Amino acid sequence: MAEAEDAGANPVNEPLDLVRLSLNEVVFVKLRGDRELQGRLHAYDSHCNLVLGDVTETIYMVDEEDEGEDVRTVKKQSEMLFVRGDSVVLISPQQ
Amino acid sequence: MSAPAAAPAVANGAADARDPSGFLSEIIGAPVTVKLNSGVTYKGELQSVDGYMNIALEQTKEFVNGKLRRSYGDAFVRGNNVMYISADS
Repeated sequence: MAEAEDAGANPVNEPLDLVRLSLNEVVFVKLRGDRELQGRLHAYDSHCNLVLGDVTETIYMVDEEDEGEDVRTVKKQSEMLFVRGDSVVLISPQQ
Repeated sequence: MSAPAAAPAVANGAADARDPSGFLSEIIGAPVTVKLNSGVTYKGELQSVDGYMNIALEQTKEFVNGKLRRSYGDAFVRGNNVMYISADS
């Protein structure tokens, strides 16, 4: 019936629709190299290049000196951040 | 003279269900396990897949070294990180 409708009953027809529905919402992004971002999604493209605003970056660092697996986290704030798509692992809308 | 244009009738019979993307479209909506090259695994309901093997999952649980790390309501996984997608029984 109304299948041509863009954001109808089943708005997720391809995976990137999930990202499209998160525009202007706060998203959680997992990156390569044990980094995570949380910020408002302003723009994205098919490479998963992202523009995020009001971003908190969390970096997980493992201190391997003693084998106690101490994980340190370092947090950084940025007003606006461009993320190159190839470092993106996962994008999730924050509920 | 051989007629190469007529030859490829051989392998094309039942290609639909027997190719990998046919399998993927068959298991949409089913619970799956997705393993990434980093070793992290995700368990959730497969919402959609595209040609890059980008994946949308619902009700996803993230496991690192077999331990539950995090849960996501919805999750988009970029295809280049995917090692395999397995349909849970």
